[in-house]
Amino acid sequence: MIDGTHFLSWSVQAAMFLLLAGMALAMWRLAIGPSAADRVIAMDLLSLLVVAFLVTLSVYTGESTYLDVAIAYACIAFLGTIALARFIQRSAEERLTRSGSQDDD
Amino acid sequence: MMTDFATGTLFLLGSFLCLMAAVGIVRLPDPLTRMHAATKAGTLGCGLLLVAEALFYGELGISLRAATIILLLLFTTPVAAHLIGRASYRSGVELSKRTWIDELGTAIGKANRQGQLPVDDIRQPPGRPERPPDR
Repeated sequence: MIDGTHFLSWSVQAAMFLLLAGMALAMWRLAIGPSAADRVIAMDLLSLLVVAFLVTLSVYTGESTYLDVAIAYACIAFLGTIALARFIQRSAEERLTRSGSQDDD
Repeated sequence: MMTDFATGTLFLLGSFLCLMAAVGIVRLPDPLTRMHAATKAGTLGCGLLLVAEALFYGELGISLRAATIILLLLFTTPVAAHLIGRASYRSGVELSKRTWIDELGTAIGKANRQGQLPVDDIRQPPGRPERPPDR
């Protein structure tokens, strides 16, 4: 019969390893991503994984303060993603109006 | 006792879903599908981890904070995913070769043939082949 607390501590450590593996994969996409949109998506997932890791870390260490850090980080990551997405779109539209302005307007 | 097993199972499930989101981001063929994988699986995995955390502590304040993060994720992640998808489509990224429905591209091509643009800010991205209307 497996002990409950033993299973819990094992699963928390396993969860941290899985999240670290996910972060490594997201970093790989961030490094090789062919377009800028791929890198922004990888950054977005990376920040989500960091939030998940902070949650797991707060259970692992018993410090509930990490949850506040996770709240702040989630807000900041959302703002960063939106800023980067708008930047990509704006620069693409500028490129479009500079190159193909003879057939519209 | 049972709470420990439930919490541990939720931790394993949530982190596995987060890992699947990362695998999807590496293996899927184009930015739109990658965005889809990262958003949905990542949000569900993170939410499961937060539920597990609330079960583990079993206090009101921590459960409220976990609920705040879940609500924050549920509100912000679709908006961010929509913006990234829009930006990646308009910046003219190459779609997967197995894409066979592109309704926005069809609408833009039709409007261009009729000599009018549907909405002021929708334009045909450079290098995007004009797709046949329906298949």
